[in-house]
Amino acid sequence: MTKMKKSSVVLTCLLLLLLSGALAFIDGNASQYIVRITRLCAINIVLALSMNLVQGFTGIFSLGHAGFMAIGAYSVALLTIPVAKKETIFMLEPLIAPLDTLTLPFGVALIIGGVLAAAAAFLIGLPCLRLRGDYLAIATLGFSEIIRILITNAQCVTNGAQGLKSIPKTADIWWCYGIALVVLVFIALLVSSSYGRALKAIREDEIAAESMGISLLRHKMLSFMISAFLAGVGGGLYASYIGTIGPDVFQISRTYDILMIVVMGGMGSITGSVLAAFIVTIGQEWLRVLDGPLPFLPFWPENGVSGMRMVVFSLLLLIIILFFRNGLFGHKEITWSSVGARLSALSGHAHKEVTKP
Amino acid sequence: MFNLTRLLQTLTDALSLGSLYALIAIGYTMVYGVLRLINFAHGEIFMIAMYIVFYGISLFVLPWYVTFALTILITALLGTLAERLAYRPLRSAPRISILVSAIGVSYFLQNLATVLFGGRPLNFPQIPLFTDVLIIGEIYIQRLSLIVPVVTAVLLLLLLLLIKRTRTGMAMRAVSRDYDAASLMGIDLNRTIAITFFIGSALAGVGAIMWGMEDTRIRPTIGSMPGIKCFIAAVLGGIGNTGGAVLGGLLIGFIEIVTVALFPSLSGYRDAFAFIVLILVLLVKPTGLLGEKTTEKV
Repeated sequence: MTKMKKSSVVLTCLLLLLLSGALAFIDGNASQYIVRITRLCAINIVLALSMNLVQGFTGIFSLGHAGFMAIGAYSVALLTIPVAKKETIFMLEPLIAPLDTLTLPFGVALIIGGVLAAAAAFLIGLPCLRLRGDYLAIATLGFSEIIRILITNAQCVTNGAQGLKSIPKTADIWWCYGIALVVLVFIALLVSSSYGRALKAIREDEIAAESMGISLLRHKMLSFMISAFLAGVGGGLYASYIGTIGPDVFQISRTYDILMIVVMGGMGSITGSVLAAFIVTIGQEWLRVLDGPLPFLPFWPENGVSGMRMVVFSLLLLIIILFFRNGLFGHKEITWSSVGARLSALSGHAHKEVTKP
Repeated sequence: MFNLTRLLQTLTDALSLGSLYALIAIGYTMVYGVLRLINFAHGEIFMIAMYIVFYGISLFVLPWYVTFALTILITALLGTLAERLAYRPLRSAPRISILVSAIGVSYFLQNLATVLFGGRPLNFPQIPLFTDVLIIGEIYIQRLSLIVPVVTAVLLLLLLLLIKRTRTGMAMRAVSRDYDAASLMGIDLNRTIAITFFIGSALAGVGAIMWGMEDTRIRPTIGSMPGIKCFIAAVLGGIGNTGGAVLGGLLIGFIEIVTVALFPSLSGYRDAFAFIVLILVLLVKPTGLLGEKTTEKV
């Protein structure tokens, strides 16, 4: 985002105004269900952007999102559930000392959750980021499962398999979209800064980047920890969004859902991730039709096949990566000038073709 | 606590579990050797194999040896098919794409299994020849616990013979040493890679049969945890190295069983041990126990 043109600034402000108008309309008029999906879209934007930073911009493969989300979600839950409720939730074993009488504002809890997730990322990254990218993939995958094991066993902190309920649903549409916007701007500024260019250099060729004087470990660690922080914040939002969490909420399939968004939007495209977050979140709701009865298909069981939705979802992930590897936008972004060029090409005023790299 | 019976019992269990891990880890290490790919679908192929045994014996009432042979064959073909459809088209793509594709296959197989076989656990058929309990002195051992290490040892020996003594094995070694040079030397990459997947998946099939008999409750997610652990085992031993995978598998098996035997209160955390060991080993020896140090050249 070097020096935006004046017209772009005006257009961006207009778009924001338009979007907040739309959100206010949805918040006030749409059904509870629609409002929920709209909030989930924003949470998924945060999560997808955080994953895109490591996967798309730095070129390292992390599969720990469900784990980082769990850290953020449990932090927010433990720090925001009212003290009176905590006593009724922790039936088997009481909650340990400082947490049982402590409640913090939602925003503070979110940040604490993010910081804890980033700290976990630091511990995993230290041995793994110095090695080939694959080690990080398997270490983060293992980490994500281990977080669930810890949650299930640490009864006195997490209430084990029973999970935590009555998490205050503070994360309304404005919280979700506010944070999504902050994260969006932050990531956009980050990737266009000198740090961002270093990250992209690492993505393109590690050896070349290193010989240009870029410290691989430092930059990869920075990207990985920021990503974990944002995943923790996203997890915290998610906890407040669903209100009840347990170890099963943070299965590895959560990570795959986010991966789907990043791959569909294009690994290395911010606007792609944002757009794909909407498409995938709403699409997953539409796919629910597949779990129910499909009367127009012969031989289809009368009560439907539960789980069909996920089969189709995973098949779509495969199809996208096999045939549309670059996703919607590849490394490219939607900018006002690209939209303008597309529009004028469509309307026929300009005869020059939109150049493709 | 420290009596001989208990010790022998623990060691047998550890050897048996470790050998199973080793069998699955070999599949990971072979594929990684030739393609530099973490085959995330390996654990799911292992899971499908168990369902094939279940349907073969419990539903179609086939004799166990027919079922086992069919299972190994179908599993091997399934692994090869996954390579053909989902990995081969992406061989020249950025490495992250093929990893995503592997995850896609794994996720797809797991979801498909949930739809086809149902999410509820099924009882794995018990075959008396394998699952009977032997009583030697005061030790209670399932026959299986003795069979597993022997089967693993025999298969490992055959595999090493194949890799070291046959032309196919030589091709595999060449591909894993230098992919491009191997293809310039006239080695058929597609064939070599397909064979690698075939063998690796067949071993996962053998492992699945024995795992099913020990675990007895099969469900669509049964492959995930062994999958992660066995990849960790392969990394621990030095990825790409067959002997290393076996060493890593045995090591993780022993650590899990012995730690739980010594500190029963830790049994809930059992699945985390492999991961902690991995982090510790990587800190000290980043290429794994038997791994060669490689430097990347431009």
